[in-house]
Amino acid sequence: MDMIDYSKYLREKKFPLIWCPGCGHGIVMKAIIRAIDRVGWKRDDMVMVSGIGCSSRMPGYVDFNTLHTTHGRAIAFATGIKLANPRLHVVVVTGDGDATAIGGNHYIHAARRNIDLTVILMNNYIYGMTGGQVSPTTPMGKMASTAPYGNLEPSFNVSGLAEAAGATFVARSTAFHATQLENFIVKALEKKGFSVVEAMSPCPTVYGRRNKLRGGVQMLEDLKERSVSVKKAASMTREELENAVVTGVIVDIDKPEYTEQYERLIASLQKG
Amino acid sequence: MTGNEACSEGALIAGVRFFAGYPITPSSEIAEELAAALPRLGGKFIQMEDEIGAMGAVIGASLAGAKAMTATSGPGFSLKQENIGYACMAEIPCVIVNVQRGGPSTGLPTLPQQSDVMQARWGTHGDHPIIVLCPSSVRETLDLTVRAFNLTEKYRIPVILLLDEIVGHISEKVTLPDPSEIEIYDRPAPTARPEEYLPYRYTDDDIPEMATFGTGYRFHVTGLCHDETGFPTNDSAQIDKGLRRLNRKVERYRDDIVEVERLELDDAEVVLFAYGSTARSARRAMNLARDKGIRAGLMRPRTLWPFPDRELRELGPQVRSVVVPELNLGQMAHEVEWALAGRAEVTHINRIDGEPISPTTILEAIQEVVQSWT
Repeated sequence: MDMIDYSKYLREKKFPLIWCPGCGHGIVMKAIIRAIDRVGWKRDDMVMVSGIGCSSRMPGYVDFNTLHTTHGRAIAFATGIKLANPRLHVVVVTGDGDATAIGGNHYIHAARRNIDLTVILMNNYIYGMTGGQVSPTTPMGKMASTAPYGNLEPSFNVSGLAEAAGATFVARSTAFHATQLENFIVKALEKKGFSVVEAMSPCPTVYGRRNKLRGGVQMLEDLKERSVSVKKAASMTREELENAVVTGVIVDIDKPEYTEQYERLIASLQKG
Repeated sequence: MTGNEACSEGALIAGVRFFAGYPITPSSEIAEELAAALPRLGGKFIQMEDEIGAMGAVIGASLAGAKAMTATSGPGFSLKQENIGYACMAEIPCVIVNVQRGGPSTGLPTLPQQSDVMQARWGTHGDHPIIVLCPSSVRETLDLTVRAFNLTEKYRIPVILLLDEIVGHISEKVTLPDPSEIEIYDRPAPTARPEEYLPYRYTDDDIPEMATFGTGYRFHVTGLCHDETGFPTNDSAQIDKGLRRLNRKVERYRDDIVEVERLELDDAEVVLFAYGSTARSARRAMNLARDKGIRAGLMRPRTLWPFPDRELRELGPQVRSVVVPELNLGQMAHEVEWALAGRAEVTHINRIDGEPISPTTILEAIQEVVQSWT
């Protein structure tokens, strides 16, 4: 693979990044940049939209049209952009809390609507920016600042949620599998419809430390060891998969896309 | 035509090309009208999954270059507040219609109050600029909807159009204006080249040029405190400079924004200060009082915020009393008292049971005031 010129896509004046050493979000950002470079989209036609949280700071560092919105609402703002100007390529970067707790309604309805947005959901099991509070993806029993005796709540399967709600492309990868992640993002960008790539991303600072997972490197290795391909997972039992991170393409289907349907409606009304 | 229909009509005349909303009584007709009309014009309508999402989509569409609006009522207006604040902070033009119903909470879905007057001003957190317009009739709803778009596009301040259930649902014969005679303001493209463009540049007029996503200006927008580059800042000098400019816009242009109708004020000793549907009863009461030889007048603000305090202070020295009828417990009357600072006595007439205030009720209050002078 040719090395790409990341600096073309980065606002390097805004460095250093806000992310902690060992955080996986920088790896995800580079995978997104490589994927965009591969599909060849012009920076002027790209809009990156985010909500609130660590992952949602990414738009500040990339040289696109960028929008850092309110907590949980990135997909709603993105819906307005895409519908008002379907020519634009709209990518949402978000986290587990942003997308599936406060923003859960927009996440499922955008999937149902099948609007052509690409959502890169960085799942680090925790609210990082606010200091390590329990999130909808924190595994049961794990520690968080607001679950000081261990999390009592079952967690969301966020990819499964997107699938059930109607997304046309859903894939999961990890910050360890940077090339696989990049390949999935390429497919997601190219999919005409609502697509989600769940990127498992370690948070050594407020999740790892509290759960005795040591540093970022060890957490990346842990993601590697727990990873099971979609294919292999199909023949495993629920118990065997309890601690697994199932990676691969989960959904890849075609359905009518919302903004295309709307443009067709306009054309038919204006002709009539 | 009803007030809600006139609102849709005015929006179309103003050039609305995007509507996002969520069903709520008594505003839903505005969404229904635009759901039918917008795609015929190449515009977009979307019913979002909730009120919050609708407000977010409106802001996104505005950044993508469309004149954008939403319509709601009390409970939905509450839900939209965080993103209204975002639009204030990021200076994104948009129009928010609130057809007021009774509150608090679910309140009176089908009956009027004017209970969101203060929420329209202070519903979102933090010091922020806002413009609030309030029509009294069907035709005026059309005119003020056009004006709402013009003001928001011109000043990059969200404009709230406060109808109430009576104005929204009343049906009146309206002569539609010739659209060519109506002044329409369109957001200009930036004069700066992309490489030198600063999305929040300090300019002499305090209004930064607004670029549209996808036109070669790759800029950053955030709800965080930002400097003129649009990127977040923690520099206290920059924060102060930015927030003061943001809030200064309203005060600086208030004379262009504030509109007040004045009736029979030259010799008035009793002045009715009334807005929205209540001003209809007030006008009738004024005429009834005049018939009885009472020198009554009417001041009717079409702009509620910024508050027409100077216009109140400019009332003649012969004014002894100001009567404020409103369908709430005195939200504007307190502002009137503050503005007058004791120059005239202020009488409140309040009703919150979902019924309008009748002209007779207002007339009786006027007569009581006059009798108290003797």
